[in-house]
Amino acid sequence: MDLELSYFLSEIVANRGMLLQGAWTTVSVSALAIASGTLLGMLIGLALAYASAPLRWPARLYVDLIRGTPVLVLVLATYYMSTPLGLPLTPFQAGAVALCLFCASHVAEIWRGALQALPIGQLEAGRAIGLTFPRICLYVLFPQAMRLAMPTWVTAAAEMVKASTLLSVIGVAELLLTSQQIISNNFLNLQFYFLAGAIYFAINFCIDMLGKYLSRHLEGAGKPRSPV
Amino acid sequence: MNYTFNFTPVWQNWPLLLEGLALGLGLAVLSIAIGSIAGLVLAFCATGKHPALRALAFGYVSIVRNLPILVIVLFIFFGLPQLGLAFDKSTSFVLALSLYAAAYMTEVFRAGLLGVPPGISEAGQAIGLTPLSIKYYVVLPVMLRNAMPAFANNFVSLFKDTSLAAAIAVPELTFYAQKINSESFRVLEVWSVTAALYIATCYLISLLLRGLESRLRL
Repeated sequence: MDLELSYFLSEIVANRGMLLQGAWTTVSVSALAIASGTLLGMLIGLALAYASAPLRWPARLYVDLIRGTPVLVLVLATYYMSTPLGLPLTPFQAGAVALCLFCASHVAEIWRGALQALPIGQLEAGRAIGLTFPRICLYVLFPQAMRLAMPTWVTAAAEMVKASTLLSVIGVAELLLTSQQIISNNFLNLQFYFLAGAIYFAINFCIDMLGKYLSRHLEGAGKPRSPV
Repeated sequence: MNYTFNFTPVWQNWPLLLEGLALGLGLAVLSIAIGSIAGLVLAFCATGKHPALRALAFGYVSIVRNLPILVIVLFIFFGLPQLGLAFDKSTSFVLALSLYAAAYMTEVFRAGLLGVPPGISEAGQAIGLTPLSIKYYVVLPVMLRNAMPAFANNFVSLFKDTSLAAAIAVPELTFYAQKINSESFRVLEVWSVTAALYIATCYLISLLLRGLESRLRL
């Protein structure tokens, strides 16, 4: 058993540009998917929590269908189906769309849960002082729901980074595919998969820390002041 | 859009798809069984008094939960043979999914254990049970009921992860779907049927587990 550590180190140095490029693709496609998926998911979650049946049912159907499909099938289906559907997508675009759809279905459930956990009095109080529904959402419900949803949302964001590895299957040169390409040159399977794992861990650990920081930061914000 | 649907290649391969689905379910059940046992032990470690065991449980969970399952699968299948630990495709995948499932199940059971009111184990002590019997006869039945909804969620999500076995050519549903897709080019048909099979199976699993949950309810 020889781990060939010096060879491994020299291979990391030789391929550092590729690895950084791969890590950057992972981070950017995940960030894109998380940002767009969160916006879409918040709209769908709002529909799940407050819309009337004609809007709520399609939203429920969307969430249940996407959540019942493995992400890998979603990625492959988006990529292969885009051409016959008349909208050819590059692997990166197809991957970003698939991850966005997946992220939206998770955020929708998180957001619905957070909105429904708020006491109904909040909505009624907003109505009583004559706010329109969009304003009630913006000033009354969302700031409180955000605090409730934050911890689960951070977990979902880390899941997205993990799910982005599946884009390697359709040929997006993210961190995992890059590692595989490097491995096909030097056969250091164990070492480079370990390195890939360590980098994913580092990215997700940062997201975790950021989430903890944000949760702590949001803890006190927006709480009603005590009457003087 | 002028696409003519032709499901013939899909129906011709229908037995293969079902076979793949059955294999995926088998892999999931086996891995979740192993993962649940390991998760249960780790959950008791995480909620116990021993600081080293607690650190072990938390360390395991935070490392494995932050790793992509695909990386774990590839590491075990392609990386471990370098250390002389070579497994065949299915065994590697079950090993990877079990390790992954163990981390998620630890969290499920840990939350379940935290939800057990301390009064009942004190009651166990009061009637003179040994610490082990308290865990087995008093804490465990209550905890399992607490943990059922989260267990069901994780079961479904781990079943969906069996699609990744296609990456190391384990012939499960996604593997066959890719094969039929590249042989027949009936893209829309193959992927819509595959997705429908997964959705139906996930729905059935959650229905089944919800039934079990309501039967177990006190």
